[in-house]
Amino acid sequence: MKRIVLMGNPNIGKSVVFSRLTGADVITSNYPGTTVDFSRGKARLMGEVAELIDAPGTYSLEPSNRAEEVAAEVLNWADLIINVVDATNLERNLFLTLELLEKDRPLIVALNMWDEAGRSGIEIDVKGLEERLQVPVVPTVALTGEGISELVGRMAEARHPAELEARSEEERWMEIGRITKEVQTITHRHPTVWDRIAQASIRPATGIPLALCIILATFWLVRLIGESLIEYIFDPLFELYLPIVTAISDWLGPGFLHDVLIGHLIDGEIDYVQSLGMLTTGLYVPFAMVLPYIVGFYLALSLLEDSGYLPRLATLSDNVFHKLGMHGHGIVPVFLGLGCNVPGILATRNLETRKQRFISATLLGLAVPCTAKTAMIFGVLGPYGMGYLILVFSTLAAVYVAVGLILNHFLKGECPEIFLEIPPYRRPSLSMVLKKTWMRVRWFLSEAIPYLFLGVFLINVLYSLGLLQWLGDVFSPFMESWLGLPGDAVTVLLVGFLRKDLAVGMLLPLGLDAEQLVVATTVLSLYFPCVATFAVLIKELGIVDTLKSTAVMAVTALLVGGAMHMVLMG
Amino acid sequence: MEIPITSLSAGTEAVVVTLLGHGCTFQRRLRTMGIREGKSLKVVAIHPLAGPLVIEVDGRQITIGRGIAQRIMVQVK
Repeated sequence: MKRIVLMGNPNIGKSVVFSRLTGADVITSNYPGTTVDFSRGKARLMGEVAELIDAPGTYSLEPSNRAEEVAAEVLNWADLIINVVDATNLERNLFLTLELLEKDRPLIVALNMWDEAGRSGIEIDVKGLEERLQVPVVPTVALTGEGISELVGRMAEARHPAELEARSEEERWMEIGRITKEVQTITHRHPTVWDRIAQASIRPATGIPLALCIILATFWLVRLIGESLIEYIFDPLFELYLPIVTAISDWLGPGFLHDVLIGHLIDGEIDYVQSLGMLTTGLYVPFAMVLPYIVGFYLALSLLEDSGYLPRLATLSDNVFHKLGMHGHGIVPVFLGLGCNVPGILATRNLETRKQRFISATLLGLAVPCTAKTAMIFGVLGPYGMGYLILVFSTLAAVYVAVGLILNHFLKGECPEIFLEIPPYRRPSLSMVLKKTWMRVRWFLSEAIPYLFLGVFLINVLYSLGLLQWLGDVFSPFMESWLGLPGDAVTVLLVGFLRKDLAVGMLLPLGLDAEQLVVATTVLSLYFPCVATFAVLIKELGIVDTLKSTAVMAVTALLVGGAMHMVLMG
Repeated sequence: MEIPITSLSAGTEAVVVTLLGHGCTFQRRLRTMGIREGKSLKVVAIHPLAGPLVIEVDGRQITIGRGIAQRIMVQVK
């Protein structure tokens, strides 16, 4: 089977071209470096089925971070290269094109964002460019699909220009200068109102207040969507479901099967949060307590991503993140991590050095609560008032900064600075945003539900074996003296390894007071990543660094938990 | 007169004269982003607390850390 590799600079729509060609769903956004890994797909091209590979974006074939390393490696597999070029920024994109031409592979150029180039007054003589490069050049607008069929049609013409020999960097730039001068004409236009707003959003004096407003608006939107979904859709649905599950409960009668499926009855009735059965809590927590906020969060995130706001936020927050050993890029893992830590940790790949990736991933697992956890903390602690919620989340933020400062101080290694292109603002396409939200929600469901079921099942097995009581007894002196929590809280910490949202819910039957809940939710957030995050940590950091990272988390959790116990409860 | 772009104030336009030190990879990265000898650039914003600079080249904005920016020597137009 033929292998076709898509290569190009970051954030120029390669992934959109990929999904156009394969029909596959790929997450795309208006942020350089969204594709950190490569995706594969199959497509019928030139009369045969070919494998298509979407390489991470790269500015040149000399890699400067992991994503670019992957790109250079993927190139070696190619039987044919599709070089996606940003028509709005021809000069810079051609550097990679010239490098690719020197490789001994047939090449075709997709001149993408053709519409945007036209709008911003850039004209390119496609025929002239084709003659210059000696390979086919096809103007495309991947977002609408314009030009894609021509690209496919001309793929057979892809070739490798004959006489090329390796050039020095300077020779390449001179060649690029000659090419652009001949084939490109730029008409300058006056800055529009939008340009002025764009400028304001990146200057510190105007940009920082604007950023705060946007972040607050985002959280407001997430809450609005989440609460509306719960009130109007999910709670009524579970209301309808109650008689059914009650009937099952009566029919089963007491016993192990009842414990696993329905759980314990609270005052003779099923309590969706506290019963801890697969058909009760196992369904209610993911669908009626977490899913609505996940939908809200990913909708808001997709809007921020596609509009092109995130790189501005990275710029504005760079000075803070730089002091923590990272740079502005560090905000991307945080934002993704607020949805779910797993994609957040994958996004740390965009940071250049091992030290930066270690700090970013550790702080993420430690102090960035995912939506599932946040939703449950709101659910459990919300009734006691806003003050306690603020206490938990500001503690997490303080831990993020404090541990970041410490790690940056003591870890060896380099901390390269930010170097990031700011893409133009684009109006997010509604269908793209909805599609992305749906893909992420579907991913959440397929990841979360099996673990939730496993968690519920395991609790019931361990409970009936008497193991949980034993663990509770062993650790209760420590829990009581150090954290001020009952011994039973050990169970909650154990379950927290599987699913934090379920664990937070399990705090309810313990009958804790507000202060104890604050300590318990904070410790539960800090002490250890959930099993899915742990797995991806091992993949990204390696086993040694993962163990170091989790040691940092455990120690921090104990110290912070102990300190909070002393301050709050004396 | 050759000065690093960090000494410019926001809104100033200048021409790149030299890229100082730090090896091939560093210079290549700057060049592939459009920051090359002879090109005009404009300082859009300077962020406080040793924060980054935002510059505009070829109608595109790029955020660069203070340390990198110190090595971009320019001549004010």
